[in-house]
Amino acid sequence: MTIIDITIIVGMHVVGIAMLLSLWRLLRGPTAPDRILALDTLYISAIAQLIMFGMLLDTEVYFEAALIIAMLGFVGTVVLSKYVIRRDIVE
Amino acid sequence: MSNVFEIVVIGLLAIGCFFTLLGGVAMVKLPDFFQRVHGPAKASTLGVGCILFASIVYHWVNGSGVHPRELLITVFLFLTAPISAHLMSRAALSLMDDRPPHPDRLPDAQQKVVDDEDPAPPERS
Repeated sequence: MTIIDITIIVGMHVVGIAMLLSLWRLLRGPTAPDRILALDTLYISAIAQLIMFGMLLDTEVYFEAALIIAMLGFVGTVVLSKYVIRRDIVE
Repeated sequence: MSNVFEIVVIGLLAIGCFFTLLGGVAMVKLPDFFQRVHGPAKASTLGVGCILFASIVYHWVNGSGVHPRELLITVFLFLTAPISAHLMSRAALSLMDDRPPHPDRLPDAQQKVVDDEDPAPPERS
C-alpha cells in the first residue's frame, strides 16, 4: 500500500463525513430549499467519492457513473426548484 | 510513479477533501438559508474539481493514458453549480412573505433565530 492509497482512503473518510453533515441538513432542514440544497451537496460529494473509489481500485468504469450522477443530479435540482417556485412541474 | 507526481496528487486530494468538508460544515453551521447556499455552491464545487484533477494526474501517470472525460465532469459541474444555486435561491425567495433585509444594515445581535421548536408560521395560500 503506497502513500497515495493511504491518502485516498483518508480522503474518502473525510468526504464521507461531509456527506453525513449534508444528510443531517437533509433530514432536519427547516424549509424545502434547505432540503434541495442538501440533496445537491449530497450528489456532488457522491461524485467525489466515486472518483476516489475509482482511483483506489485503479479502474475507469466509475467515470461514466459519476458523469450520469452529475447530469441527473442537476436535472433533479432544477426540477425540484421549479416545483417550489411554481407549485407545478409541467409547464 | 515519480516523486513529483505523488506530491501533486496528494496535494490536490488534500485540498479537494478540505473544501468538500468545508461545504458540509457550512451546511450545518450557518444560520440562514441564504448564507448556507454559498457553502456547497462554491466550496464543494472547487473541492470536487480538485479531486477530479487529482484523478486525471493519477491515471495519466499510472499508465492508462490521459482521459479528458474527467475534465468533462469538471466542466459540467462548474457550469451547472451557479445555475442550480441561483434556482434554489429563487425558490427560497418565492417562499418568503416579505423582502429580505437589506445587506447594508448591520445584523441584529439580539435577534432570535427561528428553528423547528418555534410555532410554525401561518400556511401560505
